[in-house]
Amino acid sequence: MKLKKFNGLGQLTIPVIAIALLVIFNLIRDPGFFSIGIMHNNDGNVVLAGNLISIINGASELAVLAMGMTLVTAACGGQDISVGAAAAIAGSVFVKVLKSGNSISGGTVLLAFLLACIVAMIFGSFNGTLVAVFKIQPMIATLILYTCGRSIAYWINGGATPTVNSPIINAIGSFIPGVPIPTPVLIVVCMAIIFKLLFKFTSLELFTQSVGINGSAARLNGINATFIKLLSFIILGVCVAVAGSIGVSRLGLINHETLLIDIEMDTILAVAIGGNSLGGGKFKISGSIIGAYVIQMLTITLYAMKVSSTDVKAYKAIVIILLVVIGSPVVKKWFNKVIDRMKNKSVAAQKGV
Amino acid sequence: MKRLSMLLATVLVLSLVLCACGSSASKGSGSGSSDNAAAPAKSSSELIKVGVVNNPPSESGYREANVKDMEAVFSKDNGYDLKTAYSLKNDEQLQAAQGFITEGVDYLLISAAETTGWDEVLKKAQEAGIKVYLFDRMIDVDESLYEAAVVSDMAKEGETAVNWLLDQNLSEYKVIHIQGAMGSDAQIGRTGALDAQFASGKMTKVVQQTATWDEAEAKKIVESVINSGEDFNVIYAENDGMAKGAVAALDEAGITHGVDGKVVVMGFDCNKWALRELLSGAWNYDGQCSPFQAGVISDLIKNNKTPASKKIINEEKGFDAKTLTQSDIDTYGLGE
Amino acid sequence: MPNDELLKMRHIEKRFPGVLALHNVDFTLRKGEIHALMGENGAGKSTLIKVLTGVYQMEDGEITLEDKAVVIHSPQDAANKGISTVYQEITLCPNLTVAENMYIGREDSVWIKHKDYEKKANEILNKLGIPARGTQMLGSCSLAVQQMVAIARAVDMKCKVLILDEPTSSLDDKEVNMLFDLMRDLKAQGVGIIFVTHFLEQVYEVSDRITVLRNGELVGEYLCEELPQVELVAKMMGKELDELSDFEKSESSKVNEKEVFYEAKDLSSSEALAFDFQIRKGEVNGFTGLLGSGRSESVRAIFGADKVTGGHIKVNGKDVKITKPVEAMKNGIGYLAEDRKRDGIIAELSVRENIILALQVMNGFFKPISRSEAESFADEYIKVLNIKTASRETPVGSLSGGNQQKVILARWLLTHPDYLILDEPTRGIDVGTKLEIQKLVLKLASEGVSVTFISSEVEEMLRTCSRLIVMRDRHIVGELTGSQLNQAEVMKTIAGGEG
Repeated sequence: MKLKKFNGLGQLTIPVIAIALLVIFNLIRDPGFFSIGIMHNNDGNVVLAGNLISIINGASELAVLAMGMTLVTAACGGQDISVGAAAAIAGSVFVKVLKSGNSISGGTVLLAFLLACIVAMIFGSFNGTLVAVFKIQPMIATLILYTCGRSIAYWINGGATPTVNSPIINAIGSFIPGVPIPTPVLIVVCMAIIFKLLFKFTSLELFTQSVGINGSAARLNGINATFIKLLSFIILGVCVAVAGSIGVSRLGLINHETLLIDIEMDTILAVAIGGNSLGGGKFKISGSIIGAYVIQMLTITLYAMKVSSTDVKAYKAIVIILLVVIGSPVVKKWFNKVIDRMKNKSVAAQKGV
Repeated sequence: MKRLSMLLATVLVLSLVLCACGSSASKGSGSGSSDNAAAPAKSSSELIKVGVVNNPPSESGYREANVKDMEAVFSKDNGYDLKTAYSLKNDEQLQAAQGFITEGVDYLLISAAETTGWDEVLKKAQEAGIKVYLFDRMIDVDESLYEAAVVSDMAKEGETAVNWLLDQNLSEYKVIHIQGAMGSDAQIGRTGALDAQFASGKMTKVVQQTATWDEAEAKKIVESVINSGEDFNVIYAENDGMAKGAVAALDEAGITHGVDGKVVVMGFDCNKWALRELLSGAWNYDGQCSPFQAGVISDLIKNNKTPASKKIINEEKGFDAKTLTQSDIDTYGLGE
Repeated sequence: MPNDELLKMRHIEKRFPGVLALHNVDFTLRKGEIHALMGENGAGKSTLIKVLTGVYQMEDGEITLEDKAVVIHSPQDAANKGISTVYQEITLCPNLTVAENMYIGREDSVWIKHKDYEKKANEILNKLGIPARGTQMLGSCSLAVQQMVAIARAVDMKCKVLILDEPTSSLDDKEVNMLFDLMRDLKAQGVGIIFVTHFLEQVYEVSDRITVLRNGELVGEYLCEELPQVELVAKMMGKELDELSDFEKSESSKVNEKEVFYEAKDLSSSEALAFDFQIRKGEVNGFTGLLGSGRSESVRAIFGADKVTGGHIKVNGKDVKITKPVEAMKNGIGYLAEDRKRDGIIAELSVRENIILALQVMNGFFKPISRSEAESFADEYIKVLNIKTASRETPVGSLSGGNQQKVILARWLLTHPDYLILDEPTRGIDVGTKLEIQKLVLKLASEGVSVTFISSEVEEMLRTCSRLIVMRDRHIVGELTGSQLNQAEVMKTIAGGEG
């Protein structure tokens, strides 16, 4: 009977199992691994700390990007590999605006974020136009921005790695005084709620899935597939701006070469681990978010085991291969067969008794 | 058919964009050299003609400072006529050098993208009576082909920093060592001296991890040490950005650092913002691989000196938070 | 007699999650016979074929091939054992030559000996009387010839059992006859042919025996001459056929009194030549003509499915612009596309999501239908149209063809259209559902909805339409009403000539 429940989670089975395995592994390795401590940071705030907080906090940018990437993947059947470069651009715009005035007020930060959003949305619609209008494969279309994005960020920064020092920026990247939870985590929660509301108050989910599964049928049912694809890239643009701004705020510094470097591949992986088909169609944002945490938990676990960070990538690859293979239709089929057989046996055994 | 045309369109768009990127970049450097070339038409006879083949300033903060230094030292006011060519590609650099030789410069200064392939060009320069100086990077050619090479000794830079650390006379050294991109010159130089201390047992390695120059990664590494509860009192980060990342982790965990703090923070590169951190006492030390070779070369040219050894090791700087002054920041700090 | 038996399948059991697809099914194929496998959609025909060809593994039962028990592991394995399948959709490569297609994947060496293959291919094509040459690109052949090439490939692989899965559904009459000749040839050579089709007449034209399945179980095996067509239908449906008498077509004279709902003048699209067309409220009319005559293209132009290049359109007497599907929908027009899989269903989405799709589009992006509302809509139409599905959350792709079609019908009915265009709504679905759909069309008309109905089966159109528009070579060549609506007249108009 327990076996029957195995598929109850559907698409989320794999990511949830992955998280569970990582948790169990860590608890065996170090029972105190997930203990959460309460301490004072250097600004005198009471804050939560510990590996669990590090994982959830560290995965924030990845989780935000994975949400947008899920949508692009679903609508276009391909991925945007320029998110890291685009985030560097958005982050650069963010810092540029912050540094344009003498002092940094809440208004400046808001303005900076909005401008970063607009710029990221423009670049998103550039990608989106290539994909939706010119029907270029998403990976190839976004290769352009992937290649030159960080150069554009360099131009915006004027070649330097500008820094910003402001309590507001510190509050965004680290902790809001009086709130013990890292702000990036709160931002992820906000984004997830925004997506939830977006799906509740618009037909985005249904239309995106329809376009992704069967574009021709979607069109004949009056859905503007071009618009839906474009929209997915623009929404991803907002996610990119949010992720870029978080990344910049964490350290109060923009380094166009290293900001969210290599995050595009982790983002795509998060989407895949979340059980979403990279060929488009049906999707679950929640799966991608869990996928992001799986990747981060894996990284932190390996760090905690003092695996050299050059080797971390190799270990990550092994675990990810395992996850993807386990999630593949072939293995799933085989697994179901085994379960069927076991069920039949138990039925037979009961009959025998 | 449709696929083919799509592919073509893609290639076209890609190449257009790449060309646009490429051409605008080369335009930038090209116009720079032509500006300089136009000016001396009036008084070229009195000025010393210097051709500089360098990596583009966009390469790094280091390079940006290097380029600015070159422009400042070899200015018209100082009696020079400067022509520059920037590229990350060796063959483009070779072409540029060839161009300078044909134009007939007096001196050729080179920071090569690759160490090989330069023999022929340098021989041509010698035949044309042009004196060649290498800066920042060595080339694999016979010593007779150049006057002098002004370079940094990366290992010395690391030694300077580690010696400073030993001078602090801490009762124990428990070090978190955050490395740059593995295999890069800077990483090898900055790691070597510290590794020697770990090996001799004078210092304890709490963790040694590369963050590949990534600030956020550095923060994660330090965070994971803090979470593990292990004790440490030194952070040796191989550039300023990673040091900043490490400090962010300390701040969140409520661990004091810098002058009078529990943890000694060391960085490299001497960005202006990093030196300001030193000045405020949040960090302890910042080392520098000096990007300033123009002065040394100008000295050799103006005074027609022949150095004792062709390889001149540039003096490396290291700043202590306790002795740093604002004027140091203005003079030696990189960036803004 | 036993020596005659080429293939025996006994007590075949196949289970899918939640469904018993085949239960205790027997099937026997003799040498040199054409054996029709009949049943409504979901009866288990495809599953049985897939078990036989190794696509699925059966849970229980046995297969005997020439008196030897065999286990079939994969389609490749089946082919090696002499069981070949030619599918409804051509699975060959149109951009390779006929010869390459016949020998692809079975070259003896790495080097493809083109000349040898071409020679061998020509020999066998000649022998079977297939009008194609080895050097010809497969894509340049007609669908029928392509299908025959697939058969030739199977024959050349020394197949003993040839399975033809809906081979005639995209062929015209002449091509069907060519195919039947080939089948009779093979039969004479001792090949056992399993013939799966929906066309009853064709079954009686070529088959010797009929095996009928219903709901995954065997109904029986019959000799063709002993089973009248009506009884066959009754056996397939499990009930007697008296539906035809229920049909009551609205009188064309009455319809003509009603006002015109839709009117197009010189309407043309990238696919359709300019034509005039109108339909009155409550009228059922139809476009007929051979495949490629332009009937589908014309209705697509009405809906704005292809790029509209010209024309004046009036809906309810008012000038409107319809160049995109969404504009047609806003004007109360619905369109059920010809190709259900490609243009109709969103296979991985649930029945519920598929049903509300068109209504959702009309409501707009910012006015989503709430979950509870969608559920009640879905439940309502599952009941009204008698859609057989495990639940409203079942992915529509896992339903049988007829039920998928009903889901799409539900999708359009939910938008309460004034004018519904149905392009081949009954193709490839079972007899029972066909009748249900025809009845539904007449019911809609009686409620004042205009319907344009297209079907390859003229009889079906005669039963439902009060006006038939006949097309030939992309032009409208005639309009039939009243007493002209009979098979002979339609054929005459389609064929043209002295007319």
